[in-house]
This record gives sequence, structure tokens and C-alpha cells, in this order.
Amino acid sequence: MSARAKKGQARSSTDRIEKRVVLRAPRSRVWRAISDAKEFGTWFRMNLDGAFVAGRTVRAKVSIPGHEDMKVEMQVERMEPERYFSYRWHPYPNDPNVDYSAEPSTLVEFTLEDAEGGSSTALTIVESGFDRLPLARRAEAFRMNDAGWAGQIKNLAAYVA
Amino acid sequence: MPVFVALGDSTRLRLLGRLSVDGPLSITRLSRGTGVTRQAITKHLHTLGAAGLVRHARRGRERLWELDRRRLETAKRYLDQISAQWDAAVDRLRAFVEDPPRGYTGRTLGEVRLVRPQRTPRGGSRQ
Repeated sequence: MSARAKKGQARSSTDRIEKRVVLRAPRSRVWRAISDAKEFGTWFRMNLDGAFVAGRTVRAKVSIPGHEDMKVEMQVERMEPERYFSYRWHPYPNDPNVDYSAEPSTLVEFTLEDAEGGSSTALTIVESGFDRLPLARRAEAFRMNDAGWAGQIKNLAAYVA
Repeated sequence: MPVFVALGDSTRLRLLGRLSVDGPLSITRLSRGTGVTRQAITKHLHTLGAAGLVRHARRGRERLWELDRRRLETAKRYLDQISAQWDAAVDRLRAFVEDPPRGYTGRTLGEVRLVRPQRTPRGGSRQ
């Protein structure tokens, strides 16, 4: 999976979700917000049990009211300071009675590049690996997610052309 | 058969497109004009069937294939949800790192004037 941010339109695919955004903050600031577990937890809305370190598994609890029991595990893969951060997880709420370690995970990659002469940061977020997820998990995730995220759902283009 | 594996093929996507537009069709009609062998079309339909995206039924002497819309809707809704969650997370990250947040005016004589934050056009396509 390429870590480079693509110029122009991102190719759509059933296997991945890609977001590109220019943030009006320097790369060092954006990197800190992404790679520092406390800062990450603040905007991502999770309480993390430790720092992001390559190879480490961080346990997190979702800090959204009404969903505090949702636990997530993030396996940190690679960290290149101020450039790239990646982790693996299961993108659906984790039932505490289920062992997800054997199930396919998705890969989340953050790639940072300078923009606007360095005063801004071009951030690309890619989550990939959806093709390997069994449909049953996704249907279950949809039922559990729908109630909680109702306020955030937006209209999105169809992915089946 | 994971749905997204079944969808990750252009011939299978075209088959779904045809069934979506033309309704239930036989393999003969689905193969016509595609340049793909009837045998290959049959295999593709069985792959889609294993993923729960299509089903077949007998109409008289013919076997017709049709979309199972519910499965497709569930898979699409799931990706849409994940995508929307990332959109919301990116909005929160922006508010967290940008100083001052885009769209807000500065102070004027001790008064802070706020305007609706402007959305910036993003550089890539959203799914």
C-alpha cells in the first residue's frame, strides 16, 4: 500500500476509503496531534492506555457519551516522524466477549506533506482492507453504529458505478 | 464470500449494473455482447451469489438471475458510515490544530465576532 498522497482525484475502490485535506497548521503541529496518544485521543474521541510506539498494541475506549463500553485495539505499525503513521484495527465496535485477533483488520495510514510553503499540511488518511471483512461483521457494525453516529452521517457517492 | 471481494472485479460490477437496470436476466442475455464466455459469466454469477448479492429463480424453463438489493445496501451503508466517521474525525482534527479556526473573524474592540466555519474544498474524492 503506497504511503504517498496522490495529487488530484483519489481513485475510488471498494477496498479503501481515502480522505485528503489541507490543514492550516505546520507539519510538526499536525504530527503531534496524530502521533501523541493524548492529543490523538482528544480529537479522535478515545481514551488510550499508552503511547503510540511502532509494534505496540494500544487499547482504547471510545469516549462518546452512550458508547463508553466500546473498546478498540490499535496495533501500531510504522511511525516516521512528521511524515507517516500507520496502525491496524477492526473498524467496528468490539464486543467484549468476542476475540477479534483472528479476524482481518484494516490498515489506517496517515501521510503528511508540506503545503502552501510549509505553513500548512496536506494530510492523507487511507483506511484499506475492507475487501477481506466478512459481511456479517459489517451488518452488525452498521446496526450498532447507526444509533450512535446518526448526527454525523452525510450523503456520499455510490461506490458501485 | 466477503462482499467486497465479489465486487472487486469489473465484469462482476458490470453484471450488477445490468441486473440493476434491466431486472432479472438469463445467462444467455447477460453474456451477449460482453466478449466474455458464457462459462466465465456463469462463474462470476456464482461468485456474486456466494456473496449474497444476486440470486437465481426459475421462470418457466429458464433460470433468471436478479439482484439481492439488501446485501448490496448493507455493504454500501457500512463503507458510507466509515467514510462519514472519517469526515467527522477530520473536522475535529482541523478544529484541534488550526489556530484560529478557519472562518472565524478576529476580535474587534473587545468583541469576538464569529461566523459559520467555511468548508474548504478537499483535494480528493470522497467515497
